[in-house]
Amino acid sequence: MNSIFRPYQLLHLTRALALELLREPGVLFWGIVFPVLMALGLGFAFTKKPVTVRKVAVIESVARADSSVTTRPFHNWLEMNSIREEKKAPDDYSWKAEFKDNQLGDYIFLFYRMQWDEAMVMLKRGTVSLIVDDSEGKTEYHFDPLSSEAHLTYMKLAAFTGNDSVTVNQSAAQASVRPMTVPGTRYIDFLLPGLITMGVMMSCMWGISYGIIEKRSKKLLRRMVATPMKKSHFLIALITVRIVMNFIEAIILILFAMLVFDVKIQGNIFSLLAVYFAGNVAFSGIAVFVSSHTSNTEVGNGLINVVVMPMMVLSGIFFSYQNFPGWSLPVIRNLPLTMMTDGVRSIFNEGAGFTEVTIPAIILFATGAAFFAAGLKIFRWY
Amino acid sequence: MDLLKDEYIIKATEVRKSFKTVQAVKGVSMAVPAGKFVALLGPNGAGKTTMVEMIEGIQKPDSGDISIAGRRWKDNEDELRRIIGISLQETRFIDKLRVTETLLLFASFFGLGKQRVEEIIELTGLQEKRKSYVVNLSGGQRQRLALGLALINKPAVLLLDEPTTGLDPNARHEIWDILKTLRSAGNTSMILTTHYMEEAETLCDHIIIMDNGVILKEGSTEQLLEDESGEKTVEFTLDNMLIPGDLNRPEVPFRIIREASGEKARVMIKDIDTEIPLFLSYIKERGLQIKHMECRRRTLDDLFISLTGRRINE
Repeated sequence: MNSIFRPYQLLHLTRALALELLREPGVLFWGIVFPVLMALGLGFAFTKKPVTVRKVAVIESVARADSSVTTRPFHNWLEMNSIREEKKAPDDYSWKAEFKDNQLGDYIFLFYRMQWDEAMVMLKRGTVSLIVDDSEGKTEYHFDPLSSEAHLTYMKLAAFTGNDSVTVNQSAAQASVRPMTVPGTRYIDFLLPGLITMGVMMSCMWGISYGIIEKRSKKLLRRMVATPMKKSHFLIALITVRIVMNFIEAIILILFAMLVFDVKIQGNIFSLLAVYFAGNVAFSGIAVFVSSHTSNTEVGNGLINVVVMPMMVLSGIFFSYQNFPGWSLPVIRNLPLTMMTDGVRSIFNEGAGFTEVTIPAIILFATGAAFFAAGLKIFRWY
Repeated sequence: MDLLKDEYIIKATEVRKSFKTVQAVKGVSMAVPAGKFVALLGPNGAGKTTMVEMIEGIQKPDSGDISIAGRRWKDNEDELRRIIGISLQETRFIDKLRVTETLLLFASFFGLGKQRVEEIIELTGLQEKRKSYVVNLSGGQRQRLALGLALINKPAVLLLDEPTTGLDPNARHEIWDILKTLRSAGNTSMILTTHYMEEAETLCDHIIIMDNGVILKEGSTEQLLEDESGEKTVEFTLDNMLIPGDLNRPEVPFRIIREASGEKARVMIKDIDTEIPLFLSYIKERGLQIKHMECRRRTLDDLFISLTGRRINE
């Protein structure tokens, strides 16, 4: 009768707490729909291709002694590839060329027609970064070789014009472009592991802590421990329900990201399960500890926030924590959320496996177990 | 089980309990004979709940001794939990759990199953509400569920803390009916706290009147109302005026106890023949006129008033 483990009780406790959770309509939204929306919103917002606008000065015919030149290769190219944008005054117009690029983002070139002197002023002021002169019958690019922006503009434009006959006063290096948009380097790849681990933290801290505090405040804990119910079984059931729920939420989120963003788990999936489970244990333990004493939901709110807020900011969920001051990094890296996020992220994006995540997983698991034991020791059932 | 062999199934001796600023229970001794129903009657703050929670093992007494069926809470917790059934004041169960699910959950704590759940639903008359979420039950239904949960393990000892407080008379009678059935079966001993005298009189064999952490008086209803003091109660009202506060004077042989509202007062009288005329002339001397006066059977309320000078529900 006094056995340590009472599976019949545990089964019914788990069932009752699962029903309670599933019958709360908010659970579905906050647990499943919200993270997916967040992934969708942030994923698209930060993976949208940039549109780059470059301004270029094009030298119009200058009265020169030698005016026999009639071919103007760049102007011809402009006529063929650009749109003339008329201004108010007659014969006053500029050119606009747009290049769609699904890999690197769209490029828009604006070409302003001007005389050499004016162009120089514009260049000095930084309004334009490149001057094109084809008045001699061949296209000449003039720019400051020390300005990387100018360099880039020139190379882009040279590439778009693609004219072999183009000669330049800077040598063009030809190389093929490989944009870094392979899975694993995009923002969504960075974000998704963060969303998964943050979900675990939030769900454990709010779900478990609040579940305990609320049941304490309505005297249900007191009523339940006035039966032969095993106290630990109640907590284990509460944690089990939460962790199973978290697994389901994470699976849905990952499947969604795989379908929509082509996210891939590059590392070992079992090591992912291990570190994910260890993270769940860590936050469940912390949640039990945090809610071990109070029966006041407002105090509970505060306590939960004290745990959750710093990690939300510091643990590199949305943006890398590498920008925080160097002295703080050892602390940040050892926060449970950071540890879990780094582990999950390395498995997703860097192809990590058990070698890399075993130690963090053990630490997370031990953290959870320690907090659980300490919480249980000081737990107030009445 | 040899639980019922002992004459007293619950024994408490000189139990004391203090909280930060209050002495809630100041040396209470009581004993519940096996198979009997006992009421702890008293106003709010009398120490009833603290006393019953100490018996339930939820609170620890500062000093004194409590045993149930010869066992103390220390070292026998699991065993005692199996033989007692309790209902706390104002417990709220899981809102979105159905009646049957809630019962099954608690049944599982005792290793019991669906069959016992059905019996309890039958006993508490919750058949029509079996599929309802707990949150959608009325106050009376919720209290019947709480009682059903207390009875789920067929407890030898039932401890109910204000099981009908806040219920309308109908709902209260439904609870009483369940308890009466249980009482006639005779397998259960019960302590019930209440501040309704009628509840104590109707349900219990033995009534313990508590106030301010001590027992004022105890006995069966008959014993309590049997006026060893020989006091009788005369209730009166005055014509067109409230009863003055200074009516009770040391020189008059009877006690006049005025209700807080001042509309009514009671006179505790030992000898009708001599004291009624004295009382009437005293009233006349004071220049007052009696509108209504009646001499009636003593109630527990009268008893409480004569013990404390207050009404129980004031």
